[in-house]
Amino acid sequence: MTTANEASVLSVQRLTVSFGDRTVIADLNFEVMPGQNLAIVGPNGAGKTVLLRALLNLLPYEGVIQWAAGTRLGYVPQSIAADRQLPLFVSDLLGAKAHLLKLPAEKVRETADIVGLAPDLLATRIGVLSGGQFQKVLITFALLGDPNVLLVDEPTASLDELAQEHVYELLEKLRLDRNLTVLLVSHDLSVVYQFATKVLCLSKASPCFGSPREVLTPDTLAKVYSAVPKFYQHVHDHHSADHA
Amino acid sequence: MHSPGEIYGIVLALLFAVAAGLVGSFALMKRMLLASDVISHVALPGIGVAFLFGFNPLLGGAATLFLGTLLIWQLQKKTGLATEAMIGVVFAGSLAIGAALTPQEDLVEALFGRFQALSLFAFLVGIVAVLLIIFVIYRFKEQLLLSLFSPELAAATSVRLNRLNLYFLLTFSLTVLVGLRFMGALLAGALVIIPATTGRRLASNVSHFLFASCLVSVAATSLGFLITAVALPRFSPGPIVVIISTLFFALSLLKKTR
Repeated sequence: MTTANEASVLSVQRLTVSFGDRTVIADLNFEVMPGQNLAIVGPNGAGKTVLLRALLNLLPYEGVIQWAAGTRLGYVPQSIAADRQLPLFVSDLLGAKAHLLKLPAEKVRETADIVGLAPDLLATRIGVLSGGQFQKVLITFALLGDPNVLLVDEPTASLDELAQEHVYELLEKLRLDRNLTVLLVSHDLSVVYQFATKVLCLSKASPCFGSPREVLTPDTLAKVYSAVPKFYQHVHDHHSADHA
Repeated sequence: MHSPGEIYGIVLALLFAVAAGLVGSFALMKRMLLASDVISHVALPGIGVAFLFGFNPLLGGAATLFLGTLLIWQLQKKTGLATEAMIGVVFAGSLAIGAALTPQEDLVEALFGRFQALSLFAFLVGIVAVLLIIFVIYRFKEQLLLSLFSPELAAATSVRLNRLNLYFLLTFSLTVLVGLRFMGALLAGALVIIPATTGRRLASNVSHFLFASCLVSVAATSLGFLITAVALPRFSPGPIVVIISTLFFALSLLKKTR
């Protein structure tokens, strides 16, 4: 085992993930510092979700993934990956995790409170929640067990813009209030620009790692994505005022 | 008056009804409910061999069902295809072998079974099996729910999916095996399927669902035995139980779907 940089929460060295003879992630290196919000961006199929799953140790990989001692991971999967047809109340779902982690029952209510999940939603079937409510349930689920690192996969896919903003602001508030480190897979580059402290782009042609200002330039993006996506540098000038 | 053997049979049937309701509820959520009807056929080669060599058919059935379950589990891990598909393959093969092996005159009994008075030993073995089924479902309820909701989320919450799946499959097969004992291969799955489907229609959260499935299952079993004893002494209770649970399902249709 290689020792991680003293201060870093996560150190990834020479990470390679392959399925059969198809290599999805090749020789990836990066580090994450405590309290950072690392955005993971890249075109479809670049391996964003695969990276998260490797970091969670759900996939076989080569190379080194080293979490700092005492790291507790919380995972917010893509909401489409969950079966919402099951006859589950929100409290059943959250209660199942609390049970497995041997947490006291009131922890569920406390955590729902932190996320701003209304108490009456706990006795609601997951199938009838709105997209935004369901996303909050997934975030509450991830926060049970008091993680210090959150791995979040496309939290705003299939949400309208207002709900998207709400989710990002919630994640940002949690990060600051609870001193969380956040690793966030996102498609939405303006949001990445606004909230991320570091950006990792996964791209076979030209992977990059750096601050949003360094990385999110039309030039780099053109290399990362085959075509420049709908993102313009002008966000740069007044991004902080956008969502005041 | 009933003999102790008949009482044993009834007590075991009622406890089995609880187990079948629980297992059926999870099988429904796993979308493999119909598999309970066909997985029992995996027992057939063993039953056939037992008839040929004159030992206890249930023992032979148990052996092939156990091996078949492990085979299904392995195949599913290896191919990545749905459990249901693997059960289909193993079931079809077993049915063919079983039909070839089992003497014609015994085939009907193997397929339809007969409710018989139980020896104390058979009763105790049955009770242990049923309590084991109930225990496993109770013990792994939360893990099963999470794995159904999202396998990757469950895995990230340190649920060992492969192992969990094996436990569930073995429990599932054991349930069908105990059902085989008094209902026969064709009807063994019925108490797994119908009460759970009825319960699902009546409940919107998981504890109500499990409770409703068990309740329907126990009610159908007790009514089935009662009606057979009182009005239809020449019938086997198995089919009556299944008919009554089907009626319960029909009644559940009166509830409006939200």
